[in-house]
Amino acid sequence: MTYPKILTDKERLLKAIQMRRDIVEMVHSAQSGHPGGSLSSVEILITLYYEFLKHDSDNPKWPERDRMIFCKAHITPAIYSILARTGYFDPATLTTFRHFGSDLQGHPYRFHPKGLEMSGGSLGQNLSITQGIALGLKTQGKSNRVYGLSSEGDLQEGNSWEAIMSAAHYRLDNLILFVDYNKLQIDGNCEDVMGVAPLDKKFESFNWHVLRVKDGHNFKQIRKAIQKALTLTGKPTVIICDTIKGKGISYMENKAEWHGKAPNDEQLAQAMKDLDEQEKNVNKKYS
Amino acid sequence: MAERQMMLTRQGWSDALLELGEKNPNVVVLDADLAKSTLTINFKNKYPKRFFDMGIAEQNMINTAGGLSLTGLIPFVSTYGVFVSGRAWEQIRTSICYGQLNVKLGGAHGGISVGQDGATHQALEEIAIMRVIPNMTVLVPSDYYETKKAVLAAAEINGPVYIRFGREKVPVVTNEESKFEVGKANIMKEGNDVTIIACGTMVAESLDASEELAKEGINAEVINLHTIKPIDKETLINSVKKTGCLVTAEEHQMAGGMGSAVFEVLMQDHPVPAEMVGINDTFGESGQPRELMEKYGITSKEIIEQAKEVLNRKT
Repeated sequence: MTYPKILTDKERLLKAIQMRRDIVEMVHSAQSGHPGGSLSSVEILITLYYEFLKHDSDNPKWPERDRMIFCKAHITPAIYSILARTGYFDPATLTTFRHFGSDLQGHPYRFHPKGLEMSGGSLGQNLSITQGIALGLKTQGKSNRVYGLSSEGDLQEGNSWEAIMSAAHYRLDNLILFVDYNKLQIDGNCEDVMGVAPLDKKFESFNWHVLRVKDGHNFKQIRKAIQKALTLTGKPTVIICDTIKGKGISYMENKAEWHGKAPNDEQLAQAMKDLDEQEKNVNKKYS
Repeated sequence: MAERQMMLTRQGWSDALLELGEKNPNVVVLDADLAKSTLTINFKNKYPKRFFDMGIAEQNMINTAGGLSLTGLIPFVSTYGVFVSGRAWEQIRTSICYGQLNVKLGGAHGGISVGQDGATHQALEEIAIMRVIPNMTVLVPSDYYETKKAVLAAAEINGPVYIRFGREKVPVVTNEESKFEVGKANIMKEGNDVTIIACGTMVAESLDASEELAKEGINAEVINLHTIKPIDKETLINSVKKTGCLVTAEEHQMAGGMGSAVFEVLMQDHPVPAEMVGINDTFGESGQPRELMEKYGITSKEIIEQAKEVLNRKT
């Protein structure tokens, strides 16, 4: 399957619900993993993988593909879901996530499943990888775009700011970085644990183009920001998206405790009920 | 003792990079504000578009190299050994080695012979902390020619390689034609009484020691273990089977270093009386290279003493 392609509003919303089902089921099956930050990134990933990234799930190493690197790589439930749903592997295997012998490691291992560009999981490292790829492509005169997905936690790492400095130094305008800014981390509110605000001013002063998406779960706002980013030149662009950790599952929303916790059977049933309800509403709206 | 020509190992690094630059357009070089010291400046001057100044930010430099490698380039990363191996250890572990990225690391200023810069800049731990990481190849060439060959050989390996070299001019113990194969130790001098295994500058010290031992009728075998990992078990085992005792010599902490790597192999496969010459769990200090090597006990004198010690213990 080749991308990008255009989705309808209804398709986008249904795909988001499907991804959220995958995420909750995977974490439930493994009885471990990271649902909160996976759920907050769903709309960003759907927009990128379906509607902007140039890629071909039948030819994962296609040289002309755009590159997507996960700096917040612990959100493997979301990563594996989007890769499976865009055709890189059979979604039926998603619930082998974190099980012994599975291709779906707890944190990404770049050799499997197909469609992964890089391993990850140690925060702070992959922003350097992302801008290294952008630098390599630019140096070789290639026009592929490079996208990254970071978070407030990833931006607490010093290595991230070294990368932000060097991406600007090398004027990597082929690089677009998303920040899934849900403002919660394992130990609580980001601003209580170690404040990163104001992120926009920080990136500006590091000489990046800065775009804000006020609702990181609004497809239209995300699309508009990427379209704008694609017109910007001379420096790298960051798109800071305000998101809700645990988005879409009633009892997980805005709760730091759901950073890295698995739902029990009862909680799984409640989550599926929430998502069924959302699906019903979408179908009703577009009937 | 033999009079030997003195040459810089970092010149070998620089000359090999120039040669690779000519041969392979995918070879690129990164340095952390030390290009004049590590001599990557020569590559920068000749191939400015393939040289990246990364500033004093080693963690980003390592993973930038990782990113470059993911676009098909072959990055050679250059800075002092302390910084490359230490500051960016987890980047090397998790991004470069776990991901089997094709990144080559050049660690300059290895060993106490760095001299006057003192302890902060004298890398004495890199062999240990690099060799412990899966998928890593660790090379410690002994002189100018071997450094050049090690760098050229690293370019042929698809995966991470760490190459250690020093600051000062060191005695030339090989030549343009000497054989160099990654993973294959070089027997520099054959002997039957005691095996001396060394790497880096300590190869010259070991050859000097063997000359002195010969005067006392002791015939030492000197092995240049330029590849710490993957280690050449066969050559090591065959040598100690013949000699029955062993001394290791390195300009590095004894804990975890080349000697430890040798002991790991021989304790499992062919234990013999053995001693290490190396840095004994301490930091260095400022001084002239020779003064420091003498104070910290890593010269031919200590190799001779330890050779006699293990010979005495041989049954």
